Amino acid sequence: MTKDDGEMVEEQKKKPCRFWIWALSSVLFRLILISYAGNLNLSSRPEVSTPLTSIRRLAEGYWLKQASMSPYAGSMYHGSPLLLSLLGPLTVQRIKGQPSHLFCSLVFVIADILSAILLRGIGKKLQMAYGLNARLLGLLKSPRDKGILPCGDIAALVYLWNPFTIVCCVGLSTSPIENLAVILALNGAVTRRVPLAAFGLVMATHLSLYPAILTIPVIFLLGYGLDAPPLKLFLQTRNVESGNRSSTSSASKQAKSKPTAQLPFLWKTVVHFVFWALVWSLCVMVLCRLSLSKHGGLEEMFKRTYGFILSIEDLSPNIGVFWYFFAEVFDFFRNFFLIVFHVNILFMLLPLAIRLKHRPCFLAFIYLAISSLLKSYPSVGDSALYLSLWALFVNELADMKFSFFLFCGYLGVSLLSPVMHNLWIWRGTGNANFYFGNAIGYACFQIVFVVESVSAMLNHDRALKKCNPNHQKVKN
Amino acid sequence: MAGLVLTRPIPLLILQSFLLAVAFGSNEVEEEFSEALLLKPLPDRKVLAHFHFENRAPPSNSHGRHHHLFPKAISQLVQKFRVKEMELSFTQGRWNHEHWGGSDPLSSMNAKPVGVELWAVFDVPHSQVDASWKNLTHALSGLFCASINYLESSASYAAPTWGFGRNSDKLRYGSLPREAVCTENLTPWLKLLPCRDKDGISALMNRPSVYRGFYHSQRLYLSMVDSGEEGVGSGMLLEQTLTVVLQPDDVSVEKHLQPSWSLSSLFGRNVVGKCVLAKSSNVYLQMEGLAHPEAHTLWKNAEFELSIKPDRTLRESSSVLFIYSIDKSSDSEPFDLGLTWKLPSKWSCQQAPLHASRFLMGSGNERGAIAILLKATESQDKLSGRDLTNGRCTIKANIFQIFPWYVKVYYHTLQIFVDQQQNTSSEVLKKINVSPSTDKMSSGMMEMMLELPCEVKSAAISIEYDKGFLHIDEYPPDANQGFDIPSALISFPDHHASLDFKEELSTLPLLSKFKDKSLVRSYTEVLLVPLTTPDFSMPYNVITITCTVFALYFGSLLNALRRRIGEEERFLKSKGKKTGGLKQLLSRFTAKIRGRPVESPSSDSPATRSSILSTKLLFKIILVAVAAAAWQFFSTDM
Repeated sequence: MTKDDGEMVEEQKKKPCRFWIWALSSVLFRLILISYAGNLNLSSRPEVSTPLTSIRRLAEGYWLKQASMSPYAGSMYHGSPLLLSLLGPLTVQRIKGQPSHLFCSLVFVIADILSAILLRGIGKKLQMAYGLNARLLGLLKSPRDKGILPCGDIAALVYLWNPFTIVCCVGLSTSPIENLAVILALNGAVTRRVPLAAFGLVMATHLSLYPAILTIPVIFLLGYGLDAPPLKLFLQTRNVESGNRSSTSSASKQAKSKPTAQLPFLWKTVVHFVFWALVWSLCVMVLCRLSLSKHGGLEEMFKRTYGFILSIEDLSPNIGVFWYFFAEVFDFFRNFFLIVFHVNILFMLLPLAIRLKHRPCFLAFIYLAISSLLKSYPSVGDSALYLSLWALFVNELADMKFSFFLFCGYLGVSLLSPVMHNLWIWRGTGNANFYFGNAIGYACFQIVFVVESVSAMLNHDRALKKCNPNHQKVKN
Repeated sequence: MAGLVLTRPIPLLILQSFLLAVAFGSNEVEEEFSEALLLKPLPDRKVLAHFHFENRAPPSNSHGRHHHLFPKAISQLVQKFRVKEMELSFTQGRWNHEHWGGSDPLSSMNAKPVGVELWAVFDVPHSQVDASWKNLTHALSGLFCASINYLESSASYAAPTWGFGRNSDKLRYGSLPREAVCTENLTPWLKLLPCRDKDGISALMNRPSVYRGFYHSQRLYLSMVDSGEEGVGSGMLLEQTLTVVLQPDDVSVEKHLQPSWSLSSLFGRNVVGKCVLAKSSNVYLQMEGLAHPEAHTLWKNAEFELSIKPDRTLRESSSVLFIYSIDKSSDSEPFDLGLTWKLPSKWSCQQAPLHASRFLMGSGNERGAIAILLKATESQDKLSGRDLTNGRCTIKANIFQIFPWYVKVYYHTLQIFVDQQQNTSSEVLKKINVSPSTDKMSSGMMEMMLELPCEVKSAAISIEYDKGFLHIDEYPPDANQGFDIPSALISFPDHHASLDFKEELSTLPLLSKFKDKSLVRSYTEVLLVPLTTPDFSMPYNVITITCTVFALYFGSLLNALRRRIGEEERFLKSKGKKTGGLKQLLSRFTAKIRGRPVESPSSDSPATRSSILSTKLLFKIILVAVAAAAWQFFSTDM
């Protein structure tokens, strides 16, 4: 705290400026890469485009639809019919001398920018909440404390500059749009715009099924409010404050008014949210029905999208481990393992929700990380999403263990993966185990990442308790 | 008809059977069987031999289950599965369209794709067509000792609409490119003939010489002949052909002469008499590209010489046909037709308007592209100007192609190049019908009609695909050999192959067959696609490793969630006990301040606890030892 006030104000002005410079440069970087997209051949990499997100399959679906066939005829397209109507016409638009899917690339760049801006909004809210809570607990004296990092800017920049995001955007995978829907849902919930949150959630679920589990954190966000330290701490603080009334400050006044024995759950907002979710899902259904009216209708859509996700029919390699598992497992056990692996996601929902209900945003991040770990067809786009959400909690997760190890792990896996794939598929000098080993390594790093994030957050809550000056007072 | 049969000298047994037939139904048309052999020297020093056996069962309701000549197995097949038309072919080797002909009836009917090809049209309601097809494949599989039953799965056959040249929606088509064709398939095929290979022309089929050839295609065509009368069932026509391309042993010293041959040198056997059950039994020799000397000296001229004088000589615009009847041959005087060349001779065969070939592009095991190349042939010059539509000379070409499901074709990547210039599809592509493949469920099919200008030099079609990844059980035993993509069929709907000799003798079975206009068609090569293989020895390792990773995830995450502060403190406390009294005291003090009761230290000191533990352990060990000893004792006792 050696800098004086004037310098700080200047810095406050400078920061947004710097953020926009970095954001713009990331867009420029993307545009440069897009002009070389043909040479990079990223759209055919298994890490980038899965059967669900590949633009080639989308183009094929669009072609089939134009030939008055069901876009789901054959086993090519497994995405949403709405996405097909949105991106389909762009796949056939071509400008002479430009890369073939230029318009789609531009759509993805725009989606990325929107995601970053929305993330920044979430981060700002979280940052304010963090500062407020810290002051309530008496950990921070000055409202302009330099200890709090601008997590919104960091998260947005992490999202924009993450190589995974860039690769997905340039590699024409539809995951930027799926990520945008997820971030939209979270942003809506954080800023308490209920229809927006419902829309984002419904769209995200429609596009890739797994975000359905985000219903729990979104309801928590709307019901309990933003992330905060556990309620017990506030209660303790109030007890202590009521004991020695001599040191009353403006902060403690607020503290007194806010926490009660039971945190209020805003049922009204949640009912509002459920209503909007129903409205939006009805809209989506009707639109899908209209676009598929001649080709089997909704039943066909659910069978070919959600059914395809749940039954893991496509065994082409990706960054996950299921493709090899189901290519090797005996047919007799296939259904058993399908159930076990899908239920694995659901099993963890309840324990996490109970333990982290005071931190709904963090809960959403953990859910996304788990679903990207246990997804049928994961891609690096999913990792890009949860890694940038992770950056929202830089303040809380500052003393996370193994962070350097994890960084090296992610780096190593993303460098080794193309090498192993090349050895196996193109050169024929390696075999499938090379690539599968890489995928197993990636799964392990993700597991360590999730577990360490959870325990770091729980430790942070514990540390808050320990550092709490009131707690110290009690001790003395 | 029966009277005609009776005039011939035939064995007594057959005479009896025919007398019976005459007695019971003399007014009916009899079943007919005829055999023929067509020999044709080919420009590339080879000889083509085409055996043709035709078996007709007239339309009748009184025949029922009884047949004189018609094979019972086939008639049962027809009755059971209501087959309207069917063709089954077993082929080894590839037809050389450039040298062996591309647009004459012989090649358009008998040039078949490698392996087994089967198509059938059924006379059942739409919903039952697939079931009938499945049953038919199984029946044929048993009948011909071949793995035709693999065509049963919906992933291996298709239902062409117009690309195959037959507009029927009850048509099913399937082919097995990897089927090895050998004598075990020929024997059941010969069993369908009334004389088997014991007598008549089929006696020539010496297995070693037949299978030594460059091309070998054994075909069975079955069709129902509608009588048109009410209450009378339809008749059946069974056509069995065997086409072989042989290389005659060249004994002459002069290399520029075409090789001379005779039946005995080609097959190692002679024809000794006809099959007595056959109505007609003829041998034909077709010579192409001859200068036209006088008809009476045609068989013995300066260029070549036949060993036997032909019974008849027929002429067509480009070829001459010598006809021999083998009625007169006997054991003492076998029919051994021979051809001796005296002067070097060169000619070329009639070719299809475009020569089709197909190949794969790209490397690696992830994706690739299939290209079909149509190249202009010499015969195109003759054709140009003939097919004028809308004042423009065009060649129509239908392409019919089946893609197995593990070749995941992107139809939107279809590109057409005409004379090496990329063409917008609508200019050339008149019609396209696609049915995409479903994973493990159905194979994909593509039918397209191209309309190319007559002066085209080459046209290429390319389409991209991704290679599928299969479950380990779906790989054949030799997985690294690769998978086959069945041949594409290129047909030219405006071009028909026929040979019309314009004589009354055209009523002879083989000649009437030639007279019929048949579609000019050619099959492309079979493609071999290598697919990536997983490690076949790994299933247990993969299952255990993956499950371990997920157990790690579940356990460690649950552990992180479950750990509570109180527990940790207790853990620290127990640690503190061991280290020293100071920390213990401190914790007790803090607990007092907090207002919580101090956790009462367990009544037993660590020492006593450990002793109890050790006695428990000791007891357990002794128990196990006793049990082991008892087991040992009893087991040795036994």
